[in-house]
Amino acid sequence: MQFFFEALIGGLLSGVMYSLVALGFVLIYKASGVFNFAQGAMVYFAALTVVGLMGHGMPLPVAIVLAFGAMVLLGLATERFVLRKLVGQPPISLFMATIGLAFFIEGLAPMLWGDAVRPIELGIQDEPIPWLLERFDIVVSRFDLVASGIAAVLVAVLAIFFQKTRIGRALRAVADDHQAALSIGIPLERIWAIVWAVAGFVALVAGLLWGSRNGVQFALTFTALKALPVLVLGGFDSVAGAIVGGLIIGASEKLAEIYLPPLMQAGFGGNFGGIEGWFPYVLALLFLLVRPEGLFGEKHIDRV
Amino acid sequence: MKRIALAVAAAATMALGSIGTAHAQAKEQFFPILSYRVGPYGANGQSLFGGMIDYLQYVNMKGGVNGVMMTWEECETEYNNAKGVECYERLKGKAGANSAPVFPLSTGISYALIDKSAADKIPLAMVGYGRTDAVDGSVFPFAFTMVGTYQMQATAIVKYLKDQNKGSLAGKKIAYMYHDSAYGKEPIVALEAEARVNKFELVQIPVAHPGNEQGAQWLKVRQERPDYVIFWGWGVMNQTALKAAQKVGFPREKMIGSWWAGSEEDTVPAGEAAKGYMSATWNVAGKDVPLVADIEKVVYGAGKGNLSDKSKLGSILYNRGVSYGILAVEAIRKAQDKYGKGKTMTGEQIAWALENLDLNDARLKALGATGLLPPIKTSCEDHEGSGKVKLQQWDGSKWVVKTDWIDGNRQLVHPLFKASAAQFAKDKGITPRDCKKAM
Repeated sequence: MQFFFEALIGGLLSGVMYSLVALGFVLIYKASGVFNFAQGAMVYFAALTVVGLMGHGMPLPVAIVLAFGAMVLLGLATERFVLRKLVGQPPISLFMATIGLAFFIEGLAPMLWGDAVRPIELGIQDEPIPWLLERFDIVVSRFDLVASGIAAVLVAVLAIFFQKTRIGRALRAVADDHQAALSIGIPLERIWAIVWAVAGFVALVAGLLWGSRNGVQFALTFTALKALPVLVLGGFDSVAGAIVGGLIIGASEKLAEIYLPPLMQAGFGGNFGGIEGWFPYVLALLFLLVRPEGLFGEKHIDRV
Repeated sequence: MKRIALAVAAAATMALGSIGTAHAQAKEQFFPILSYRVGPYGANGQSLFGGMIDYLQYVNMKGGVNGVMMTWEECETEYNNAKGVECYERLKGKAGANSAPVFPLSTGISYALIDKSAADKIPLAMVGYGRTDAVDGSVFPFAFTMVGTYQMQATAIVKYLKDQNKGSLAGKKIAYMYHDSAYGKEPIVALEAEARVNKFELVQIPVAHPGNEQGAQWLKVRQERPDYVIFWGWGVMNQTALKAAQKVGFPREKMIGSWWAGSEEDTVPAGEAAKGYMSATWNVAGKDVPLVADIEKVVYGAGKGNLSDKSKLGSILYNRGVSYGILAVEAIRKAQDKYGKGKTMTGEQIAWALENLDLNDARLKALGATGLLPPIKTSCEDHEGSGKVKLQQWDGSKWVVKTDWIDGNRQLVHPLFKASAAQFAKDKGITPRDCKKAM
């Protein structure tokens, strides 16, 4: 039973790391109705910019501030050169534009900062908390706990931003209908620039935490793959859904990876494992069949 | 009259031009280089291909091979099978019949090119990767799984562990954590056989691609409490594993990686978590290898180095790239010895040389490469030619070699290759060559 809880806690904490990436997707979808395929590339770009600047002798805090500046610039440039021309176009056009953007960023980042795999030390050791280990024989990483704390703060801030501020309400209006929002005087360009900058900030936080754990490298773009089932489960337009979806995906994939292979082996013979690559997607697919808008997603009713 | 003079002049120019071209062709050996410098494994590719190209440049700056200059063209595969095949097709046309060996540096691309390269008579060099039963040259005349195979490597690691345990692994538990792909699955048969013979328990733990999340796998390690973890990772999977091992408190000294999980690119990003970690390798790191030091002096001294980041010189992957260059150039030299010095060799002639390579201690010493890679002697029956590895340990800042060359379990592994190659021949309707007549 102790092992079960250890797996469960480990899974929940991993899920928070997925949620961090999913949050970036949610932000842009919530504000513009666009599924931003480039979010994984933005995570890579942000983390690479930090280590690139540190490679030029800058201390970590300065590098983080400048990287945030770079993410804001990237957001502004995206709005100016990619999205502005596509206002009022079908969502699929905007989605295709973000695919192009993803490849562009993936090429640009190593061109600017080099593609060597580099460490990033945030000063938080990825080691078990001794007290829990000695008292309950349970491994809980200090790093994962800090990451959860950061995610919790981010969610709280974003929830307040969307619900309580004027810009937040404008963002939601834009997501509902570009043209209608424009007709009542909401400055679409400014709103999009803000939301891409905020998504850039979330990408920076995710990049720092994932990069600190696995090294800053191209594979950071793959973190987006972990966020997709989280989004399907939690809903594309719900900040709370990104967190709850992350927790469900993280916990279920870890428990499945540990407990399913022996059952499958007993049933079918052979060697099973490595199922956490596809298990979250199957879970998300099942959810899609039952609740297409996700756990917390907004249900759309179209008049015909 | 003027028109005739012009025509004669034009014809003469064309003739001279073609003589010049023919002359240039006769003095060149073209390398189609299927490289990857961007994408998920771009960082590894930079060092590997940089080392190989630097060696070719070095050979040229020393006068080529009996005056024949090495030329090359790179094509970016991004470690993608489809792009790898596309690159091969493009560069094959450029190489014509006179292609140097192709090093795809990807097991997936190698598999995709096995049949094509045999049809085109272009030698396919799979050095430390690729289709392992191509060790049997009677079935695979143009495919060369040289230096070492995954199975030989795995059994060499088992031999090392046995030595560490006073000659017996009976009652021990060894976890095999692997990339859930052909690369990771290849050694399983050999490890299972070793487990039966040596009476240890083998626990298999696959990791789904790309391996950037391994929480569940390392919890399983914690649950199983193995004595050792043999680790077959690649790319981001390696750094993630080292960090995850630290998280669950598994001693890195008891974690032994494959040669694709034992470079500076794997350990430096993992920081303190990598200290004490061990890995197998078929080439050593360091600039104290005379050849590597000379490449730095001659090639980089002249500003002709391939790497923009000179700190990579002497790294594991850079030195491996240099080793690839040595194997290719030595094959060209061997082929020239037989078919004519100072001539461009055909792919078929180079394939013969790769199959009759004798890179012994004396030759390695003459090249300034003593200890860089093991001595290699290939034959039609044995395209591997070595099967030896060293064990190295990361001391926090560099790899330190801990053993001499350890031979894999040839008696156990090579019959498996033979059987697999025979099955391949049967499936494809290939009549194996008689190796006795292949000299």
